[in-house]
Amino acid sequence: MLGQYATVVLSAWGVSLAALALLVGLSFARARRVKAQLDAIERQRDGG
Amino acid sequence: MIAVLVRDLRLAVRAGGGFGLGLAFFLIVVVLVPFGIGPDTDTLRPVAPGILWVAALLAALLSLDRIFALDHEDGSLPLIATAPLPGEGLALAKALAHWLTTGLPLSLAAPVLGVLLNLAPGGYLWLFVSLIAGTPALSVIGTFGAALTVGLRRGGLLMSLLVLPLYVPTLIFGAEVTRRGAEGAAVATPLMLLVAITLLSLAALPFATAAVLRVNLR
Amino acid sequence: MSIWEYANPKKFTETFGRWVPWVYGIAALCLGTGLIWGFFFTPEAENFGSTVKIIYVHVPSAFVAINAWIMMVVTSLVWLIRRHHVSALAARAAAPVGMTMTIIALATGAIWGQPMWGTWWEWDPRLTSFLILFLFYIGYIALWAAIPDPDTAADLTSILCIVGSVFAVLSRYAVLFWNQGLHQGASLSMDARENVADVYWLPLVISMAGFVALFVALVLQRTITEIRVRRIAALSARLHRAEA
Repeated sequence: MLGQYATVVLSAWGVSLAALALLVGLSFARARRVKAQLDAIERQRDGG
Repeated sequence: MIAVLVRDLRLAVRAGGGFGLGLAFFLIVVVLVPFGIGPDTDTLRPVAPGILWVAALLAALLSLDRIFALDHEDGSLPLIATAPLPGEGLALAKALAHWLTTGLPLSLAAPVLGVLLNLAPGGYLWLFVSLIAGTPALSVIGTFGAALTVGLRRGGLLMSLLVLPLYVPTLIFGAEVTRRGAEGAAVATPLMLLVAITLLSLAALPFATAAVLRVNLR
Repeated sequence: MSIWEYANPKKFTETFGRWVPWVYGIAALCLGTGLIWGFFFTPEAENFGSTVKIIYVHVPSAFVAINAWIMMVVTSLVWLIRRHHVSALAARAAAPVGMTMTIIALATGAIWGQPMWGTWWEWDPRLTSFLILFLFYIGYIALWAAIPDPDTAADLTSILCIVGSVFAVLSRYAVLFWNQGLHQGASLSMDARENVADVYWLPLVISMAGFVALFVALVLQRTITEIRVRRIAALSARLHRAEA
């Protein structure tokens, strides 16, 4: 279907989707981590 | 007031020796290039305008962190900043001092170094003219970059990262003027654009620099 | 009810925190539709063959890359004028997204160029401008990282963003001038509106909507994260003072 340019098209799409997945993944991971930190410190403030 | 400052800076630089370093760096880079790309005249001649401009630009870059560094180190920067002299005036004075000790000497030295790269005969005048027209922009842009990173550890590297992209328009037009001069073509268009960029930088950047200094000296 | 209500970090987090999953959902929907349609159900082009399908990732990423920077300029101005921290944090949040989009645009442009031009890189005016934009993104992010005090960092990066924009525009025209005589006509036109025939247009627009929605989702999520980081710092400082 892609003919002679298969590697070209697939690598372009691959790079793009990989970069987007990485960006989204890192954003979620950081968001989760920071939320956990905030919850911990708010508990500390309320409890201690 | 500005005159006092400029004189003050000139003296400081003469004692410190940053003046000669820029020129020496310029020379070294130009000498290095043929070792990298070969001694063949036909190879060197077409790239000479660009190499000379890039080398001059890097030499100007080298001395940028000195603009505020000395004042910052001995603690006089906050004092100078709160003096009656407006921040924009200070920024211009610093840029002028930098240009007088870097841009101007580089412009004068460049035609001599052009010989080493077999610059075509028509190019020498325009190399000089384009550098004279463009290096003030490099100084005033560099002053802005130096103000942004004043006081940061290893700020020099970050400053280069910030300043070099800002240098691109000046470099493009400056090298183009030199190249066209070397080929004997008309230089009016790139020269006008080069001068326009310099004037725009001179008009706008001191305000940005002053704002940055106010932030950094809070 | 004015937009400035959302300058309050708490209100921003409460309101937009709920939006984030929905916007991600919209992004996934648009991206899925646009990309699958474009990849499987559009024909090959005359002079490009199947490589024309690269437009579905190249054009949207380039579009977002530039608009991300414009958004950063606007939020930087809002910070400098109205001192809303949320605005400064939004600019900081958007930068890595814009930078990633720029990288995607550059990578896909280069990969596309390989069969078309025969080399992995061409100093085509558009690609070159994106390379310069990439450098501006790196500088902006590096400056945020280098300055310890958050408010000082916000001020300096905002000024850099604005000054950088002026020079980015200047560079765009300088680069056009610089590369005028070399590749006229032979340069790969990346402009969707000029060159893209109707059959490609709709999936392209849907993909672009997907990329934009993804940008919005990411920036909302990341801004909320930055707001939380700031709150953690404030609470930590308060706790330490209480202990001492």
